[in-house]
Amino acid sequence: MLSHCTDPSALQGLAWLSCYLTTGNHMLFYASFGTVLLLLAITAPVALLFGFGGAMASRSRIAGVRWFGRIYTSMVRGVPDIIFFLFVPIALDQGFEWLRSRVYCDPSVPVRQGNEFIVCAAAKLPLSTSPEWVHQAYGIFLAVIAFAVVFGAFAANVLHGAMNAVPRAQLETAEAYGMTPRQVNRRILVPQMWTYALPGLANLWMILIKATPLLFVLGVEDIVYWARELGGAKTRAYAYPHPDWRLYYFLAILVFYLLMTWGSERIFDRIRARLSRGQATAAGEAMRKAAT
Amino acid sequence: MNQCLQTIQDYGLRSLGLGERLLPRSGFTLCEQVTLIGSGLIWNVYFAALALLFGFFLANALAVAKASRNPWARKPAEWFIFLFRGSPLFIQFFLAYELLVQLPRAGIDVLGITVQTSWMTRAWAGALLVLMLNTAAYSAEIFYGALRNLPKGELEAADAYGMAGWTRWRRVVWPTAMRLAWPAYTNEAIFLFHATTLVFFSGFPAFQQRGDALYYANYFADKTFNPFIAYPIVAGYFVLLTLGLIALFGLVNRRLNRHLPGAAKKIRYRPNLIR
Repeated sequence: MLSHCTDPSALQGLAWLSCYLTTGNHMLFYASFGTVLLLLAITAPVALLFGFGGAMASRSRIAGVRWFGRIYTSMVRGVPDIIFFLFVPIALDQGFEWLRSRVYCDPSVPVRQGNEFIVCAAAKLPLSTSPEWVHQAYGIFLAVIAFAVVFGAFAANVLHGAMNAVPRAQLETAEAYGMTPRQVNRRILVPQMWTYALPGLANLWMILIKATPLLFVLGVEDIVYWARELGGAKTRAYAYPHPDWRLYYFLAILVFYLLMTWGSERIFDRIRARLSRGQATAAGEAMRKAAT
Repeated sequence: MNQCLQTIQDYGLRSLGLGERLLPRSGFTLCEQVTLIGSGLIWNVYFAALALLFGFFLANALAVAKASRNPWARKPAEWFIFLFRGSPLFIQFFLAYELLVQLPRAGIDVLGITVQTSWMTRAWAGALLVLMLNTAAYSAEIFYGALRNLPKGELEAADAYGMAGWTRWRRVVWPTAMRLAWPAYTNEAIFLFHATTLVFFSGFPAFQQRGDALYYANYFADKTFNPFIAYPIVAGYFVLLTLGLIALFGLVNRRLNRHLPGAAKKIRYRPNLIR
């Protein structure tokens, strides 16, 4: 809060705007951009991990594991992702609460009573007595899992393709040296696949950025939530009355996302150029020609 | 069984506002869920079909503009494509709704005729517009890539035959570009079809509870606290329709490649991107 903002109704023009844009709710709005960035920062590595596991599983020699990997990667393909974003959090939440209810509640009472899903108060997650931020954090946690499941499947596709793209001769050479399959994986396959995986992963990152507004659907107080809250018409009852300004708030969000994707594009261009330097690929050849 | 037929009669076209007005409130049967969700699917198919149809033509124009040497044509196309590919579809829906609401309620006077504008804020028009522009931007990028990757030999052959301008474009450039772009465009069509589920979760309100498949699935999941029935039903519907879409685009692919023996391979469905 700025010092001259004690009486908003007396303010005019820029002074009014400076006070308006620094209210407590606006600070929460700015903080929610941090929520989006936080989600990106957590989800990207977790999804990569899921993807790596999925890709490894679908190459496994054990039929059960291989089938699990295949089903996981193909399941997410045919179905719109938003269905998973709606389904996974509820299913996880109910799964956790069911497990807790078996421990903390009377196990003879069924959880499903007609159309209701009821657990006793001790098994609620988060507990109804816990502070507001725990509820928010739990919501974000479920969202991260949902994003990781969906994007893990996408990443598994990309990594699976990249593993297949590593020249077969490389792996055979390693086998001829007497390495075990595990050693071949760790020393030859995994280090070499990243060059092939980068274009797909870069693409995936852009998609992940553009999927973050779906947090709103999951009930997290993200930028879309605050844009709707703050932008809606405010009557005289509020300290800062204004007409419907949601258009401007959404424009700001649009610019935020355009900047994010534009910046990421620049960075990936650099990495791509760096990785193809001296490589025996078309891009590397083009760089060599341009240099001479 | 008869009861289920009755349910289909009552709710089969519920999403269009025909049949029973009130949604079931309790004691949801599996039949009711399958019927209502299937009814909502009409909207998904409607959005996908029309957006793809109109978007296809716009995308072609944009791709040609982006490949043009004239900056007056190229720059606007580049900006349009950047705008729609660089921002989330979800935000585009919200923004478009807020923009369309700003249109004057009474209508706009054009040369003495009042053009009604209120219908633009309805999902069937407004969301369709957004989906169309969005798919046009993504497809334009695909077509632009195809235009840049035209085999040099085919263009030289066209030149050798004395073709130029429109004839050359219509007989050689465009068919070849379509042939090259088609597998990627098939994926784009699938993404767009999946993206239609976003319509009723974004700015556009579901008028009189006439929503799409996911709208009803969400309704059931909220009412029964049971996500394990409604969502798999939508998922199943979508898998089936996606397979249908792939088959349809595969037919076109066969036709585009009919002069190349063995080239018309089955389109591999390589997904999967969200916007």
